[in-house]
Amino acid sequence: MTNSSILRAVTGAALGLVSAFAVTAAMAQEAKPTTPIDIGYVELAKNPMLDPERAYYMVPVRPFGSPLPGAELGIADAQTIGKVIGVDFGLKSELGDSIDDINATVRGWSGEGMNFVIADLPATELLALSDAVADLPVTIFNIAAGEDNLRGADCRANVVHMIPSFRMLTDATAQYLVSRHWKNILVLQGPSPADQQMVDAMQQSAKFFGARIVEVRPFLLSNDPTNRERGNVALVTGGTDYDVVYIADSDGEFARFAQYETNLPRPIVGAAGLTPKAWSWAYQKHGSSEVTQRFEQLVPRHMDDQDWAAWISTKAVVQSVLRTKNGDYPTLLAYMFGEKLNLDGGKGNPLSIRPWDHQLRQAIPLATTNAVLDEAPITGFLHQTNDLDTLGVDQPQSACRFPG
Amino acid sequence: MLNTSVLKRLVSRLAPLALILATVGAAEAAGTGYLFVSNERSNNILVFDPANDYAVVKDIKTSRRPRDMHFNNDHTLLYVACGEDDVIDVIDVATLEIVDQIPTARSPEMFVFNKDQTELYVSNEENSTVQIISMKDKIIVNEIPTGAEPEGVILSEDEKTLYATSEVADMVHVIDTATGTVVDNVIVGTRPRRFILTKDAKELWVSDELSGEVSIIDRATNQVINTLTFVPPGFRPVDVTPVGMTINESGTTVYVGLGRANHVAFVNVATHEIEDYTLVGSRAWETRLGPDEKLLYVANGLSDDVSIIDLETRKNIRTISAGRIPHTVLVDDK
Repeated sequence: MTNSSILRAVTGAALGLVSAFAVTAAMAQEAKPTTPIDIGYVELAKNPMLDPERAYYMVPVRPFGSPLPGAELGIADAQTIGKVIGVDFGLKSELGDSIDDINATVRGWSGEGMNFVIADLPATELLALSDAVADLPVTIFNIAAGEDNLRGADCRANVVHMIPSFRMLTDATAQYLVSRHWKNILVLQGPSPADQQMVDAMQQSAKFFGARIVEVRPFLLSNDPTNRERGNVALVTGGTDYDVVYIADSDGEFARFAQYETNLPRPIVGAAGLTPKAWSWAYQKHGSSEVTQRFEQLVPRHMDDQDWAAWISTKAVVQSVLRTKNGDYPTLLAYMFGEKLNLDGGKGNPLSIRPWDHQLRQAIPLATTNAVLDEAPITGFLHQTNDLDTLGVDQPQSACRFPG
Repeated sequence: MLNTSVLKRLVSRLAPLALILATVGAAEAAGTGYLFVSNERSNNILVFDPANDYAVVKDIKTSRRPRDMHFNNDHTLLYVACGEDDVIDVIDVATLEIVDQIPTARSPEMFVFNKDQTELYVSNEENSTVQIISMKDKIIVNEIPTGAEPEGVILSEDEKTLYATSEVADMVHVIDTATGTVVDNVIVGTRPRRFILTKDAKELWVSDELSGEVSIIDRATNQVINTLTFVPPGFRPVDVTPVGMTINESGTTVYVGLGRANHVAFVNVATHEIEDYTLVGSRAWETRLGPDEKLLYVANGLSDDVSIIDLETRKNIRTISAGRIPHTVLVDDK
């Protein structure tokens, strides 16, 4: 981050009454020698999650744009702390054509002393990168892939998941539905492997919280007359009764046209309608609107799930550096995965990382396109140690086994 | 009480006599006794009369998102920071009408006056500064950059030092008011919010909302010398989100609103011991003492009400309905 952009972040929408004297004064406290700490940021040059062919960008599953500004906001937020503790927090970002490319980038950065890299990658690519850099003192923040296998059988010690898992999202949805006594759920499943994982997660959530899956029906995004039963929303939701329709659609293109088209007049949740999210720009509690406003000062668009995950990743690093008085890499990791981590994510209760699968504990707002209606854990859903652990796979059920 | 409010009305009408009358009034009476509650979401200040079973005397429509409130020194005017309209509304206590406005930068939340009320210090969350506003000209005379989301501000007794929290940078900025510069920073817990100064002027207490603590700073060294952790019965540390704090006149007790833990804590200032917890409404933030320190009023942000605690028994004896998201309570006892 350059000095001018720091100043921009600090002065924000000032009235023009700020004297240059005042601006420099706060920064000029004492000239401690500064240690640079850079955080890396990698994504694919052809980011499949932003592919315009994949889905219309206003659907909840498609990010509004590259989440890089989320990380930039985190670095801007860290400048004051950096000045005080003598650390110059910075960000390096690279696009890669392939995982080999990104691996080379991360190796270069690691050689310069970098320990933390934010990765905006789909699940398969994330695993490939994590295995490729496993020999380095590098921890990767997953800000995009919600697949539960990454937190279960395929977990990796060098990956931390800042984006919620599918299971956390379906748990949030199930809690909401159960709290409203909408317990009979018709599940519509899209064709992708991620959709299969979401359906698996929803089935576990329903079982855990006492809802009932009436039926799981596959859908197709197609007008093919020979497949009418699977392509037509009214037909695919006909012939049975239910309280609510849950749509597992990782592309969102089918779900986008499903509301008000169901055979019975029933609400839709999941990929359309009421969507469980990591972040919503319409979130207003817990100081969240201030985070969103700072983000919108950096980039003229709404802040979304992946942006928040990138922002909170930088925050995890900054807090670990601050609270360990700039400890070495093992000390930083011990703090980050320990009980004392106390992140202010703008989502209420302080956030920390589950040691058993490296998933960030966090509240899940349930949002429409322009309003947050509730947030999970829904009132009344309790856990014996931390209510945030009612969302996602709990320690006893976890299939993740870190070496050593 | 009635006399005083009549007197205040006279004061506002008869400007030339104001000074004399106000002096007489202050010597004789204890204000209207009214309880003022600012409500962030319903954009109003509700005025209750404790002497008349807490009947609503007036619903004052303010600018949007009214939050922190302060009286002027003789309690003829009430100031309220309105975050959504970038303004501090000025209310005539006698007529309960808005009579003036002071423009600020974006999103003012907490503010303090200097002693003679010629200057006002206000934190501005969105552009991360504390502004110094001249009350005479109603213009911003200086602006001091802080960490992101500055919140609590407090001025030392000698007015030489201003303290401001940064919610995002987890620190307290120590600001020299003469030069308008940050001269020191004290790292505290997560999301520091509000302050009190102990009466012996030795300690600065800071509520840390997200880490559920109060950090106690030794003002001579600017070091945190103690950290209080609150765990009221039936709650876990993660549910405790302290924000509002009040100290009594004799400086022996601090009352801390514990936010989502729905309790107020009573802390012994001399020993730093947490003596009691009292159950109140949902998300208890700002606390304020009633006349003669017999009652404590607590704004409950998420149950839209105000709890009234009897300080003799430390029990919640009554709850009155407020507007939507009550932010600050204030009693006109002068």
